[in-house]
Amino acid sequence: MTALQIDTLDVWFGDGYDRVDAVKGASFAVAEGESFGLVGESGSGKSTILRAITGLAPAWSGSIIVEGMALTGRKRNRAFYKTVQMVFQDPYASLHPRHTVDQVLSETLTLHGLTDIDTRVMKLLDDVGLGGKFRFRYPHQLSGGQRQRVAIARALAGEPDILLLDEPTSALDVSVQAEILNLLTDLRDEHGLTYLMVSHDLAVIGHMCDRLAVMKEGEIVEVMTADTLRQNNAQHPYSRELLNASIVA
Amino acid sequence: MTLLDVENLWVKFPTRQGVFDAVRGVSFTLGKERLGIVGESGSGKSMTGRAILRLIRKPGIVEADRIALEGRNLLDLSEREMRAVRGQQISMIMQDPKFSLNPVMRVGDQLMEAYLLHNNTSKAQARAKSIDMLNAVSIRDAERVMRAYPHEVSGGMGQRIMIAMMLIPDPKILIADEPTSALDVSVQRQVLDIMDGLVKERGMGLIFISHDLNLVSEFCDRVLIMYAGRIVEVCDAGKLHEAQHPYTRGLLNSLPRLDQPRKYLDVLARDESWADAPSVGGQA
Amino acid sequence: MSELTLRQWLLTDAPTSRRHARLASLYQGWLTLRGNTMAMFGLGILIALVLMALMAPLLAPYDPFVQDLSNRLQPLGTEGHLLGTDSLGRDILSRLIYGSRITLYIVALVALIAPVAGLLVGTVAGYAGGWVDVVLMRITDIFLAFPRLVLALAFVAALGAGIENAVLAISLTAWPPYARIARAETLTIRSSDYISAIRLQGAGPLRIITKHIWPLCISSLIVRVTLDMAGIILAAAGLGFLGLGAQPPSPEWGAMISEGRRFILDHWWVATMPGLAIFTVSLAFNLLGDGLRDVLDPKDDNR
Repeated sequence: MTALQIDTLDVWFGDGYDRVDAVKGASFAVAEGESFGLVGESGSGKSTILRAITGLAPAWSGSIIVEGMALTGRKRNRAFYKTVQMVFQDPYASLHPRHTVDQVLSETLTLHGLTDIDTRVMKLLDDVGLGGKFRFRYPHQLSGGQRQRVAIARALAGEPDILLLDEPTSALDVSVQAEILNLLTDLRDEHGLTYLMVSHDLAVIGHMCDRLAVMKEGEIVEVMTADTLRQNNAQHPYSRELLNASIVA
Repeated sequence: MTLLDVENLWVKFPTRQGVFDAVRGVSFTLGKERLGIVGESGSGKSMTGRAILRLIRKPGIVEADRIALEGRNLLDLSEREMRAVRGQQISMIMQDPKFSLNPVMRVGDQLMEAYLLHNNTSKAQARAKSIDMLNAVSIRDAERVMRAYPHEVSGGMGQRIMIAMMLIPDPKILIADEPTSALDVSVQRQVLDIMDGLVKERGMGLIFISHDLNLVSEFCDRVLIMYAGRIVEVCDAGKLHEAQHPYTRGLLNSLPRLDQPRKYLDVLARDESWADAPSVGGQA
Repeated sequence: MSELTLRQWLLTDAPTSRRHARLASLYQGWLTLRGNTMAMFGLGILIALVLMALMAPLLAPYDPFVQDLSNRLQPLGTEGHLLGTDSLGRDILSRLIYGSRITLYIVALVALIAPVAGLLVGTVAGYAGGWVDVVLMRITDIFLAFPRLVLALAFVAALGAGIENAVLAISLTAWPPYARIARAETLTIRSSDYISAIRLQGAGPLRIITKHIWPLCISSLIVRVTLDMAGIILAAAGLGFLGLGAQPPSPEWGAMISEGRRFILDHWWVATMPGLAIFTVSLAFNLLGDGLRDVLDPKDDNR
């Protein structure tokens, strides 16, 4: 079954002369349980696709279908928020500076109409490998990796099927990146999640994803499997260029 | 020949919970070479770079037995003399060019100002020299860039402009603190190549601070690996992948690699003893 | 670990309950504030002012309203009248002490009305955007365009002179800057990742504004209000001076200066003493505001 289907997606900012086309005619589909990667340099429009799906982008056309629901405009309903969640790039910016971990998670659980908040908060913290002792800390009392774990816990609170990952490790040290990527691998197995992951790092995408799309200046230039990437069989010259730049000499 | 000799450098920050040591007794020397300092955030690598220029903000304290630039101890200089050293003899390139260039001044004016500050010449000559500099960092339409404002140039271009500006006074040592981590991979290469060429051509010493092991191993001659404010290992950049210290090995293994697919990445198991072990000397 | 002192408990990086977390962060803020000598000086003056107002009957040597015409315009240091007496022979020190009550009353009322109104208007305008923003901000602009004293004059003329009306008039002219600040803050907060994140959990605008935007705006408003307090006290004193605020024989400081101005050349202390009181309190608020800015800045990591 298809978890996410995107067809001829255009996303733009501004109007008239100021119009900037961030994404041009992007199409791809992500199967249930699959991990799909979007790779490209800054300004290639990869994160904009995630923002269009979640209704955070100003204007788009084309079709986005999430588990059979066709999305329109910028409004999303409760069912959507229960299905799709997102983890942001910068864990230093994605947590409210005045809210404790406990406040962040309990508020999210309340918003999803769940009861038994106390046990669920502890369960979430255990799931992301933090444990109860972090429950009442403020973001500034946490390291980058710990913050990203809280952000992941928040995304998981509503028990979604699809997780959008916007460069979840690019702001972290490599050793912490390894921990977070391993955590994401575990969570995918435990909860049967579908991932749509954006990154500028081919190695990270190659590690996490089954298939990937290479983006350049708003367009998808090539869709391939991770195996194709690893065997150095990418076809498009731009994909090859990216690959060469990211392979260790 | 030794350009810079740092011995037993400490950087301390007094806090409510006691004194926090960001850098703990680091010693190294720098010749006409490319010296890499790698480590994770909080390892003290940036602090080391800043401490050399005495750019640690209050209430931070810099202590050292010696920070000698060609035999002259920088710790004995007054703040005024130190200002002459910064820029003239040791230049620093920061991570994000956006925050280092003045947003309301044209690039050309900033370059010329930097040149006039260090040389007593005419404006016309400063202009010619600035254009030379932009050419030196492989900017083709230097005339156009001279007229541009910082927000009108891309990140890679901005970083090249910063490098050009830092090179104007012809410093002996260049300290580059994560100069390419805000840039895309393809642009990263270009900027590094330019820096590399200039360093070789002019016989400067380069301290290259980065979190990226692969980048450093490719680009530098010698690498210091820092952990918790100390140097845990020193090795030749080419032999980084044969590094011995478990921390270095752990860092290398935690990187995802396209040629070695695996389900889980190796996680770095930190050992208390790494932080306690005495700092390794980084003398050449 | 059972030997934990209160200080260690408060300075922990690993709080164990909601209350603990809140107390610990309050304590951290207090320590930062305490490190700022000038702010503590300001706070000290303000605490003294509050105590003075509370214990006015105990502290004041005389009744502030009792006249003694045989003893009028006594200079400083006169036996029994430390700060002298005014034109009706009332003890200036006693009047100053009782006047602190009025000053605090004005300050408290304005601090309750103006920033709250500004916060409401500013955050709603900033978060909603579009025509709501345009309408609310144009209204704000209109209020900003009125000269404060002239509007207050009109207001007092319509409602009658008196301290409450003066406070209302001041509040009416004081809220627009707060609305501006709150809107500017909201605009930056609105586009941040943590607001996007909570929107993705299905939170509505009301929840986002009250629970996520307000806590971040309030700190900068508190700082701003504290810094503006001096201006508010001066405006109230100004209205009193013009005879539109507190009415005689009320010992309001501005009204006292107004009364003293007739004798300013021969009996300078009558006007100067309340002037010094206004100066001291205004300065205290400014010093405290500067210190609070260091504590409450949300960008600060509080390390």
